Amino acid sequence: MGQTIVEKILTQASHGKAETGDIVVADVDYIMAHDGTAPLAIEAFGEFGAKKVWDNKRIILFIDHDSPSDSEELSALHEMMRSFAKEQGIKLYDVGQGVCHQLMPEQGYVRPGYVVAGADSHTCTYGALGAFSTGLGSSDVAAIFLSGRLWFRVPETMKFVLQGKLPPMVAPKDVILYLVGETGADGATYKSVEFTGSIIRAMSVDGRLTVCNMAVEMGAKDGIVATDEETFRFLGGKRTGEDYVSDDAVYASVKEYDLSRLEPQIACPNMVDNVKPVSEVGRVEIDQAVLGSCTNARLSDLEIAARMIKGKKVAEGVRFLIIPASQTVYLDALRGGFIETFLEAGATVCNPGCGPCCGLHQGILAAGEVAVSTTNRNFVGRMGSRKSEIYLASPATVAASALTGVITDPRGV
Amino acid sequence: MVDRIVSKNLHFFGDNISTDLIIPGKYKFKTTDPKELAQHAMEDADPEFSKKAREGDIIIGGENFGCGSSREQAPLALVGLGIRAVLAKSFARIFYRNALNLGLPVIENRQVVDDLVPGDTLEIDLKKGAIRNPRLNRTYPIKPLPPFLLEMLEADGLVAYYKKYGRLPWQKA
Repeated sequence: MGQTIVEKILTQASHGKAETGDIVVADVDYIMAHDGTAPLAIEAFGEFGAKKVWDNKRIILFIDHDSPSDSEELSALHEMMRSFAKEQGIKLYDVGQGVCHQLMPEQGYVRPGYVVAGADSHTCTYGALGAFSTGLGSSDVAAIFLSGRLWFRVPETMKFVLQGKLPPMVAPKDVILYLVGETGADGATYKSVEFTGSIIRAMSVDGRLTVCNMAVEMGAKDGIVATDEETFRFLGGKRTGEDYVSDDAVYASVKEYDLSRLEPQIACPNMVDNVKPVSEVGRVEIDQAVLGSCTNARLSDLEIAARMIKGKKVAEGVRFLIIPASQTVYLDALRGGFIETFLEAGATVCNPGCGPCCGLHQGILAAGEVAVSTTNRNFVGRMGSRKSEIYLASPATVAASALTGVITDPRGV
Repeated sequence: MVDRIVSKNLHFFGDNISTDLIIPGKYKFKTTDPKELAQHAMEDADPEFSKKAREGDIIIGGENFGCGSSREQAPLALVGLGIRAVLAKSFARIFYRNALNLGLPVIENRQVVDDLVPGDTLEIDLKKGAIRNPRLNRTYPIKPLPPFLLEMLEADGLVAYYKKYGRLPWQKA
């Protein structure tokens, strides 16, 4: 019997045989933490009493969640990160360079077959490149800083076979919102979810990153896509023989969907799995539209939004916030003329980073306000007041809604 | 700590209690101090919670407790408040790991939660792997933790374990 992709990777990383249900201790290829989680990890590492991290080239730090700092207290935590990075010789991506989950793949820290861990739940994003990547808390991350290894329970894999061809204006975000709605916010808890089928094969790595990013919104440990030509195109075109594909493995479940008639989807307040077609939400007025985050702020996301709003104006009373995922994305969008389009339409372009996604800065919602956002969570209080509401949707739906001032199906714009 | 836990101060919460509810993001960027975090624990679910909760209390959750962000500040805020254990129908994965790493017992059992009513007392014996509800005179088994995790919990968490034994719980002696 063959192995799932995750079993293969964990077998390799634990120098033994990793079967579903086993607890293995695996080598970690890269570990990341950001300004929301690194301070606790650095403190825990300090408490271990160790002087040097196991390998300073395999630890990456990011100041992206609340960046630039908006308070003195946070500035002190940022400084603590900078001095730890300096003292240990660790690479730190500072203010304005971008969101961790964009930079990790973009800057070449993720390769097929790697074990990548991160002190952030959306670390599951990197499965898009055939890596086993999962989110952890700060103590586990400190243990990796110390030893380069960590225990994992080898997860069962749920396989989603996505067949057909996506209709126009239906995006990878709509695919993953639909699957989260179908599976439920805890439907894949502790499991690995593998995405396959003709829709995934036809999807760019950008789209696969969006899909894997939200695997955790169904409770999954990681999301993963088998490697193919597109994986290696993203990695620079060189096929290095690092193929990670599961063959005749045993799956916890296999679900097949034909998504040829999928409509744009939206997750309504206040749960990620409260999903329906945009066409069924009725009239919902919005105060803020957000195009940003590790889910959807790559060049292809900015491009579709720019195409939709070119020559038009953002609706009166709506704040349309655009937060490119990284400096590279920002520059490419600038060169492509998208930034000019956004500004001419009356949108606000913020510096690369996490934006208002987790309720820290750059667009906190007041009580009673409503946002439509390309981010990944709409829990109570996520983007500000516990009396505000967040709808999660694709870049096209967000752009369409910014133009009309109400939640709008992009197919009609 | 895995001594016997007995409490009649149970705080009931529903399904899908996210880490955003346990500790809103804005506070985790202000401090790493458990006592300060504790003042805001659960505040978007129950603004009075940090005033009501006392040392040794138990939180009762529904399905998917601790879903969302990986912030270890969530279980840390509960530890800072003196919460002795969290019992829920099910847990989100990262919260579960984080709680154990901080020495906070997290116990998954649907039946116990379904049978509980406000006013009940709970008796938890992690070593024996049993929970008892004296009102019903009923004892429920707890799914055992792998031995190295039980030892870690006994030592009060990951960092405390390392300080005590000079190795990580999964590293061989």
